[in-house]
Amino acid sequence: MTPVLQIHGVDVSFGHGPRRKDVLHGIDLALPRGRTLGLVGESGSGKSTLAKVVVGLVRASSGQVSLDGTDVTRLRSRADLFALRRRVQLVPQDPYASLNPRMTVGETIAEAIDPRRGGAARHRAAVAERLAQVALGADAADRYPHEFSGGQRQRIAIARALAVEPDLVIADEVTSALDCSVQAEVLNLLAALRRDLGLTMLFISHDLAVVRHVSDDVAVMHHGRIVESGTAQAVFDTPREAYTQLLLASVPGRRRDAA
Amino acid sequence: MTATNLLPRNRRPADGPSPGSARTKRRRRPGLMLTLGLTGLGLLVVLAVVAPWIWGDRAEELGPSVHLGSSGEHWLGTDALGRDIFARTMVATRLTLELSALATLIASTVGITLGTLIWVSGPRIRAVGLRVIDVMISYPAVILALAIAAILDPGPKACVIAIGAAGSPSFARLTANLAASVAGRDFVGSARLLGVGPLRLMRRHILPNIAEPLLVLLSVSYAHTLMALSGLSFLGLGVQLPDYDWGQLLAGGLQSLYTNPVEAVGPAVAIVLAGLSASFVGDGLAAAANRSRRADAPAKATKPAEANAAAAVGTAPAVPDDAVLVVDDLRVLRKDGTALVDGVSFHIGAAEIVGVVGESGSGKSLTAMAAARLLPGGLHATARTAELRHPDSAALDLVAPGAENAETRRRLAVEIGIVYQDPSASFNPALKLGGQLTETLRVHLKASRREAREQAIEQLDFVRLTDPASRLRQYPHELSGGMRQRAMIAAALLTRPRLIIADEPTTALDVTVQAEVLRLLRAANERDGTAMLFISHDIAVVGDLCDRVLVMYAGRLVEELTAEDVREGRARHPYTQALLAATPRLDTAAAAPAESAGGPEASAGEPASAEPVRTLAAIPGRPPQPDERPPGCAFAPRCPQVLAACHDTPPPVHSPAPGLSVLCHLEQAGARTGETGTDKPLEAAR
Ligand SMILES: Nc1ncnc2c1ncn2[C@@H]1O[C@H](COP(=O)(O)OP(=O)(O)OP(=O)(O)O)[C@@H](O)[C@H]1O
Ligand code: SF4
Ligand SMILES: [Mg+2]
Repeated sequence: MTPVLQIHGVDVSFGHGPRRKDVLHGIDLALPRGRTLGLVGESGSGKSTLAKVVVGLVRASSGQVSLDGTDVTRLRSRADLFALRRRVQLVPQDPYASLNPRMTVGETIAEAIDPRRGGAARHRAAVAERLAQVALGADAADRYPHEFSGGQRQRIAIARALAVEPDLVIADEVTSALDCSVQAEVLNLLAALRRDLGLTMLFISHDLAVVRHVSDDVAVMHHGRIVESGTAQAVFDTPREAYTQLLLASVPGRRRDAA
Repeated sequence: MTATNLLPRNRRPADGPSPGSARTKRRRRPGLMLTLGLTGLGLLVVLAVVAPWIWGDRAEELGPSVHLGSSGEHWLGTDALGRDIFARTMVATRLTLELSALATLIASTVGITLGTLIWVSGPRIRAVGLRVIDVMISYPAVILALAIAAILDPGPKACVIAIGAAGSPSFARLTANLAASVAGRDFVGSARLLGVGPLRLMRRHILPNIAEPLLVLLSVSYAHTLMALSGLSFLGLGVQLPDYDWGQLLAGGLQSLYTNPVEAVGPAVAIVLAGLSASFVGDGLAAAANRSRRADAPAKATKPAEANAAAAVGTAPAVPDDAVLVVDDLRVLRKDGTALVDGVSFHIGAAEIVGVVGESGSGKSLTAMAAARLLPGGLHATARTAELRHPDSAALDLVAPGAENAETRRRLAVEIGIVYQDPSASFNPALKLGGQLTETLRVHLKASRREAREQAIEQLDFVRLTDPASRLRQYPHELSGGMRQRAMIAAALLTRPRLIIADEPTTALDVTVQAEVLRLLRAANERDGTAMLFISHDIAVVGDLCDRVLVMYAGRLVEELTAEDVREGRARHPYTQALLAATPRLDTAAAAPAESAGGPEASAGEPASAEPVRTLAAIPGRPPQPDERPPGCAFAPRCPQVLAACHDTPPPVHSPAPGLSVLCHLEQAGARTGETGTDKPLEAAR
C-alpha cells in the first residue's frame, strides 16, 4: 500500500543570493494510511514550513511530495491545486482566530462541505453529522464562534477540516493555545477520531508529552533536518540521537527516579 | 476626516473577546453622540418627507414685500421675489438630502467595488491600484467635482456624479486596506484551503468583518457630500432654478447679505446641522464599534464578596518567622467591586520557591502584580496583611493606599525583582541593554556608573550569556528570545532582591531553553537565598522547580501542597487532581503500552486501532467569570466529587501544617478514605 503522504528529499529555501536562507534540508518522511505521525522540534526548526509544503502554500526547491502516489510539487493548474487543497486539511493553532466571527458554525462547516454554494440550510443534516462527530449538538450550528469555549472552537475547527473528508489532516500546534484542561478535551477527541475514523494525521507540536500522547510514529526535527524518526515508543524510550536525548531530558515533570 | 484617520482605530475589526483586552481607555460617550446624530438625521428625514406638503405652496407664493427681515409672519424673512425663506428652506430639505444620498451611494458602491477588485486581483495590480488611489485621495474632492461638472453640463446630475466619483477613492482605499488586514487572519486562510473563491471570500469572510468601519465612513462621507453639493449649488454649478436646494438658497441669500443678512441664516444653519448630525452618527458608530469589541467586560452589578470572605477565613495558618512575603486575605477589586482575586492568603519563606498554577484567568498574574504593587489602572488591592518583611527594617506594606513615596518606590525597586513572560516587551527596544540593566542600581542604590557596569557584567555572566561586557552595548533585538529572557533574569537579580516574582517566564520558550532558564532560577535561589514567586499554567514545570505550590481557581486559592506531592500526583483537592489528570506526561503515557505489553495486540507496527486509546481526564465546563462565581465552592459546578454543601457554603480552610492547606468540604465530611479517593482520577489518565 502506498503511504498517504510520502516526502522525499525535500529542500526549501527562502530568498536569493547572499540573503538565501535554507529552511529544510533533504526531508524524507512516509505516513501510511490510518497512522499519526508526530513532528516535534523547537521553534524555528522548520515544522510549520514542512506543513506548508504539504498543503501547497510553500514550494519546495527540490524533492518530491506525493499524496497517494501523485507528486504534488508538480501541480500547476488551478484545478489541480484546488483538488489538492481539499485532500489535505490543516487545523490551525489558534481557535480564536481561525473561525469567522460573523459566520454561524453551521455556515462555516457548510462552506467546507461545498465551498462554492454551501449554505447552512442546504447542508443542515450533513452539518449536524459533522458536529456530532466532534461531540457537539446540532443546535451549535446556529450559534456564533464567540459563544463557544476555546476547546469547543477547536473542535469546530476540527469538524470543519473533517467535513472535507480529506485524506490527510495536518494539526499544527492545535493545543498550544489552550489551557491544559481544554487541551485534554481536544487530545481526547483526536484520539477518538483516530480510533473511529482511522484518521491519517500529521501532528505538529513542540510539546513532547502531547506528541507522545497522540502519535504512532514520531519524527524529530532540528535545524531543518529530521534527526531521528521511528515509532513513538522507540523514539521516546530508547532515543538514539543526542539531540533527541537532550530534548527528552528537558521535558518538565518527568519523575525524578524515572529520569 | 478621511479614510486614513479611520484606520488605526479600527485596525482589528470585530475581534472576538480576547482575555485581558479590556485595558482601553474610556473615550467620549459614544451613546450620547450616536443618539444625537440619529435623532438629528431622523428629524431631517421626516422633514424631507412632509415639508413639501406642509410648506410647498407657501414656498412658491410670491409676496409683495421682497428682502424682508425677520418678522412674525416670515421668521427668516423673504427673498428677492418675496417668497418665505423659512418655507423654502424646509422644502429644500428633500432635494438636498436626496442628492447627497445619491452621491454617497455612488461613492460607496463604486469605491467598495473598486477596493474589492483591487484586493482580489494579484499583488502587482494591488500595489499599483493602491498608489493610484492614494494620488486621487490627495486631490480635494471638490476640485475633482468642479472639473467633472465643468466637462458635463452644469446641473444636479453632473454634480451628483462628480461628488460621487470624488468620494469613491476613500471607500476603495479603506476597503482594500481593511480587506488586507482581515485577509491575514486564520479563518480567511482556512477558507482558502477549503477552496473558497476570491469573490465569495470577499463577500462572506471579509466584508462582514469590515462592515463597521465602512459604515462609519459612510456617515462621514454623507456629511462631506452634503457640504460639497451645497457648495456646488452655491457656485451655480449644481441645482438650477426653478429647483432649489440649500446651497442654492444660500447663494440667493448671500447676494443680499449686506442689506438683509437674515436671508442667508436659514439655509446656512440647515447645512451645518445636517452635516453635524451625519458626523455625529459616524463618530458615535466608531466609538460603539470599539466598545463592542471590548466585549469581555461585563458590567453587571455584583454582590460584595464579604459574606464568603468571613466564612472562608476559618483557621488562619501560622506564618513562620523568617517569611519574606506574607499575604493574608488579598483581594483585587475592579471598580464595580467585583473581586478578581478573592481572599487569597499565603506566605513565602526565606529562600523558598513558591509556585502558582491554575487555568487562564484564575488570577495568578493579578495576585503577583498586587504583591509587586504593580496592578494595572482601574484595579485596586485590599488585604488584612500584605507585606514584604525584612529582618533589619520595617515591613513594606504592599497594599496600603497612598504609600507611594520615594522611599517605598526605592524599596520596591530594590527588594523585588520581576521577570515577565515576554522579555521583549519589558526591555525598551530603543535603548542599549547596559543602560537598562544598570538603571535601578544607579538611581536607587546610588551606584557609580563603573560599579553598576561591573555588577551587570557579573550577573550576565551568571546567567551564562557569552561575552557579557559587549552585550551591554547591544540592543535587545540583537539577542534571541532565550537570551533576552536570561538578560531579564540578570536584571531582576542585579539589586540582590529579597523576592523575585516571575510571571510565566518560560512559557514563550522552547523546552531546552526552558530547562536552562529553570536551572538558572534555581541557581540564583541557591546562591543568594532569594525567595521566589513563580507563576505558570504548567503544573509539570511548577512541580519541577518549586518547593511549594499554590493552586488557584477562579480567583481563589484552593490548595497549597508541596512540589513533591505535585510530582507524585498526591493532590487532595479535586481541582488539583483534575489538573494533574488532564496533563499528558511522558512517563504516564509510556505506561499505557507497557501495561498491555504481553497482550496480543501490543505490537507497535500494527495500525493505530491496535493501540489502546489513552484518555486524559478533561474537566468539563469552564471556570466561572469573576462576577458569576457561585456562592459556595467555585469549583462545585465542575467537581466530580461535589457534595450537597458545596453549592452554597464556602469550603473551610483545612491546614495540616504551616504552608499546606486544602479548601474543600471533603476534608471535613469524612468522605475521604485514605489515598484511594485521591488517586482515582489519576488512574483514569493512565
Ligand atoms: N486590568 C484588568 N481589568 C479588569 N479585569 C482584569 C484585568 N486584568 C485581569 N482581569 C481579569 O481578572 C481575572 C484574573 O486575571 P489574571 O490575569 O490574574 O489571570 P491569570 O491567572 O494570570 O491568567 P493567564 O494564565 O491567562 O495569564 C480574569 O478574569 C481577567 O479577565
Ligand atoms: S468543596 Fe465540594 S465542590 Fe468544591 S472541590 Fe471540594 S468537593 Fe468539590
Ligand atoms: Mg497571567
